[in-house]
Amino acid sequence: MAIILQTSKPNPPSLIPLLFIQFCFLSLLLCSSLAIATRDGSGYTINGRVKIPGFGDKGFGLPVKANNAKVILNGGQVTFLKPDGYFSFHNVPAGTHLIEVDVIGYLFSPVRVDVSARNPGKVQAALTETRRGLNELVLEPLREEQYYEIREPFNIMSIAKSPMGLMIGFMVLMVFLMPKLVENMDPEEIRKAQEEMRNQGVPSLANLMPGGTRSN
Amino acid sequence: MAMAIKLSLILLFFTSLLLIPTTLSLFQDQVGLMDWHQRYIGKVKHAVFHTQKAGRKRVVVSTEENVIASLDLRRGEIFWRHVLGADDVIDKIDIALGKYVITLSSEGSILRAWNLPDGQMVWESFLSGSKSSKALLTVPVNLKVDLDSPIFVYGGGCLHAISSIDGEYLWKKDFATEGSVDIHQLILPGGSDVIHAVGVTDSSQFDTYEIDVKNGGLLKHTSASFPGGIYGEILPVSGDRFVVLDASRSVLVLITINNGQIHLQQTHLSDLIHGSSENTVILPSKLSGIFSLKTDSSIIFIKVTDEGKFNVMEKVDKTVVVSDALALSEGEQAFALVQHGDSKIELSVRLVHDMSSNHLKETVKMDHERGFVHKIFINNYVRTDRSHGFRALIVMEDHSLLLLQQGEIVWTRDDGLASVIDVTTSELPVEKIGVSVAKVEHSLFEWLKGHMLKLKGALMLATPDEVAALQKIRLQSSQKNKMTRDHNGFRRLLILLTRAGKLYALHTGDGRVVWSTLLQSLRTTSQQQCAGLKLRQWQVPHHHALDNNPSVLVVGRCGLSLTSPSALSVVDAYTGKELQNLGSAHHSAVQVISLPFRDSTEQQLHLLIDADKRAHLYPTTPEAAHIFQRESENVYWYSVESEAGILRGYGVKKTHSSDTPSEYSYESRNLWSIVFPSESEKIIATVTRKPNEVVHTQAKVIADEDVMYKYISKNMLFVATVSPKASGPIGSATPDESVLVVYLVDTITGRILHRMTHLGSQGPVHAVLSENWVVYHYFNLRAHRYEISVIEIYDQSRAENKDVLKLIIGKHNLTTPISSYSRPEVTTKSQSYFFTHSVKAISVTSTAKGITSKHLLIGTIGDQVLALDKRFVDPRRSLNPTQAEKEEGLLPLTDALPIIPQSYVTHAFKVEGLRGIETIPAKLESTSLVFAYGVDLFYTRIAPSRTYDSLTEDFNYALLLLTIVALVVAIFVTWVLSERKDLQDKWR
Repeated sequence: MAIILQTSKPNPPSLIPLLFIQFCFLSLLLCSSLAIATRDGSGYTINGRVKIPGFGDKGFGLPVKANNAKVILNGGQVTFLKPDGYFSFHNVPAGTHLIEVDVIGYLFSPVRVDVSARNPGKVQAALTETRRGLNELVLEPLREEQYYEIREPFNIMSIAKSPMGLMIGFMVLMVFLMPKLVENMDPEEIRKAQEEMRNQGVPSLANLMPGGTRSN
Repeated sequence: MAMAIKLSLILLFFTSLLLIPTTLSLFQDQVGLMDWHQRYIGKVKHAVFHTQKAGRKRVVVSTEENVIASLDLRRGEIFWRHVLGADDVIDKIDIALGKYVITLSSEGSILRAWNLPDGQMVWESFLSGSKSSKALLTVPVNLKVDLDSPIFVYGGGCLHAISSIDGEYLWKKDFATEGSVDIHQLILPGGSDVIHAVGVTDSSQFDTYEIDVKNGGLLKHTSASFPGGIYGEILPVSGDRFVVLDASRSVLVLITINNGQIHLQQTHLSDLIHGSSENTVILPSKLSGIFSLKTDSSIIFIKVTDEGKFNVMEKVDKTVVVSDALALSEGEQAFALVQHGDSKIELSVRLVHDMSSNHLKETVKMDHERGFVHKIFINNYVRTDRSHGFRALIVMEDHSLLLLQQGEIVWTRDDGLASVIDVTTSELPVEKIGVSVAKVEHSLFEWLKGHMLKLKGALMLATPDEVAALQKIRLQSSQKNKMTRDHNGFRRLLILLTRAGKLYALHTGDGRVVWSTLLQSLRTTSQQQCAGLKLRQWQVPHHHALDNNPSVLVVGRCGLSLTSPSALSVVDAYTGKELQNLGSAHHSAVQVISLPFRDSTEQQLHLLIDADKRAHLYPTTPEAAHIFQRESENVYWYSVESEAGILRGYGVKKTHSSDTPSEYSYESRNLWSIVFPSESEKIIATVTRKPNEVVHTQAKVIADEDVMYKYISKNMLFVATVSPKASGPIGSATPDESVLVVYLVDTITGRILHRMTHLGSQGPVHAVLSENWVVYHYFNLRAHRYEISVIEIYDQSRAENKDVLKLIIGKHNLTTPISSYSRPEVTTKSQSYFFTHSVKAISVTSTAKGITSKHLLIGTIGDQVLALDKRFVDPRRSLNPTQAEKEEGLLPLTDALPIIPQSYVTHAFKVEGLRGIETIPAKLESTSLVFAYGVDLFYTRIAPSRTYDSLTEDFNYALLLLTIVALVVAIFVTWVLSERKDLQDKWR
């Protein structure tokens, strides 16, 4: 797969379904008989594969973050991925186990793996998060994880919505709307109101201004 | 102050009205603003240089923290690194084909190859063996077998040949068929197709095997019995000569293989060296024709002559550290010696064939806080005049790593910080009054400039250069790195105790090391092995003793067993000076209890409980003893005996018995014990509340204005037990045979407050206890998923106080003191939720007043720290919350806890090998400081209910100023307009 997903650059959303389709197609083609468990010595071997969109199918040249991929069995035993995404755990006793995949930037569901002692080689695997059964142990991320909020690009609305913006907006509204309101009022009433105001001695705005001594 | 609290309460009410649980989120350009991340590797065990080719020179190391890493030889930076599993210990490392790093781990059963440039694993081979044995790895340099370069591995009693290209098995030779032989050395003589394996059977017979490298066929087997028995390892001196010590460690045996015959030649050590030779060992440095012996007093180099005679060449002091031999050119070998001087070290490089003189001698100044040299690895380079130059990588006592070249320290790495044992914090000194005007003006100008840049950035007008300048200003804000106390309590010293016995103080602003001290009382000597255990606050000056610096108490143990004597020392938190070295105390220390009492100099009283359950009081002053005796009735403690499955509670015996060793020692009396049936329950986890936690209110107002009273006791202990069969890892037990039982125990009376059984569940259990709740993580075998459960405990005896009438008449019990002996009725509520990940540690945020809502900090298996709002693990969540419950902020019930990627406090970083998460309250109520440690260190501060009591970091002051200016201008404009209009009206 040539396209490499990077979390640092937000992908256009249309790309992901496209990738997914491409991906399903590829996994159909690659439907190799991935043996999950084989008997060896005292225990069994669990073989599996981790597939990340963009995690190369050929050799090196992986995204840097997939480099530190880890696969953990039962919360303790750790193994790493080969360049093609394969991993294996050796000497695993029969029983029900849990496999977790740790790749920074992706969320993987833990996988329940049953290694049967009665019929060797028979293995069942299921994703514990979605309870979906797996025919073969190919693990894919549930989703990509975005650790940072995406800063919204500058737009005038965000400024207008901020408290300061609202303040300015209200002021502008008053400047243009108030005279209109005053115009529509009865001049008699206005005079009355002004008279009242003067009598009450409410300091008008203009009085507060420097040199704002109004002579009426 | 009261005003501020009131205000914050109103704000809190406001924020809690928001129904969406708060997530902590961060923009990408905010990384590094209030957090820092430091990457370490740990104490280096092995090092392999890769300097042959042009280009990047590197050194590959494996460490005691089980890390394999590739370091830049120029600067000491990490190119790549991997942390292997805890039970997958690295045995050997090497480089094959010049491009693969080979690691052998798990006692020689897992062989991996890593790509040298980027650290990608190339192949992995599992080597099955028949028995456990030591692990050996040999990577031949110039051996080709059918176009393949094999790697030879001895592990599990078998010799394997593995292809270095793809890790395929070539052949396997099982030595189990040859009797119980234990191979000590694999030797590949240059140019031959035969591998020699030298070993010992039943420590009384030498065996050598010659094996064909092509197919693993056994060509020749010779043996010779040696009835004296042997001690330690066989060391090769040359291709056909080996030396070993006999069982009594007094006879040196030279083994010579000649034409398939083994000749043994014994020499008494007393003939070679004079004086005692009891603890003699052969050092494992492989030097051709020479070997070195270490005795009690010195290191002796002995040459083996062609006739098989031993010649003592030189005696050096036993503190000298010897490196492995380094092949220079044809038949020429060099090795390095490091000798200690006073605050300097002497490095000398010698050629093996010419031991008499130093090829190179350099003296390097060395900080004495780094202690002795523990290991040295050398590497050579060719100078322009075609002579050999040497660089040496040395590992110090404090686990730091240094590169020396031409008498200089090229770089150092403080890798002791990869093994933090305990953490505490200290306030910084108060700022001195008196700041110059010029400084204020300058900072004001800078401040304005920064905000203008910010505004430009916000308006998308900034050029790329300006954006970079802005980021730089934000990161290097001098405010956060000052060495003085700040108003918000963000600047502090993190004091870390490491496994090497070194104490570090890190500044929370940028994580730099302010001071570091190698504690003399915890230094490991040849007689005893010392290690730090606990770090406690010793003196926190507030009122009377403000002139004193704060100090911390370090408790350590000298020896390996629990009954070994303890070592105590008090260290100044500002300077790192050891104020008091209480030395090796005469008693052991099993538990350290910080008592809530202080003496007149504000020293905190501490009790050390020894292995005989005797309590020792510190500080040992008459005043402290007086305070303790007055309060001794109220001093209780408990012990957990996990092996026996017993919890015991203790108090101090009042009468001073005559057989106590000193007047500051007290006998204990057993008050209660809880015995868990050993056939069905095994203690796997115990957790208590943090002693310094603050709870704001006991009452909890729930929907329909009802009140519930939290049961808040500092003496609550959470205990988890599992059935013994289920104490192993997942997969070892079936759901039917595993039961997890959790208890809440009062540690004063031993009363079991609550008990709950989880059928079909098992550990490991990680838990956190805070206020009146405990949250614990375990594995549910039936669902085969991890679960997080919560138990909240409420005081039922106060529930009747809801009746207003009773309150008015005064028939309430709100004024009765809370006591463990009052046995109040308690009720509990609990709920379980699925959680996706395995967990390494759980912690909870703590704030100064306990008002702010809490977040759980969960260290996941991926070494990240997830902040999860406590409201998600509320036991009262229901499927269909009523309107009143919705208003209260109760979330609808879901079966699993959400994992929101933006709420990882470590964001895109990993704290490799995460072991613990520490939270420290800041002075600002909304904020909690978080420090996560493992192989890496990570620090950040978080505000669980957002910063309601301060403006955020990215608050735009410039926009505020602009708005004010705009408003003022508008006022003038409108005033002028209205004046004009008035005038016009008058003319009309």
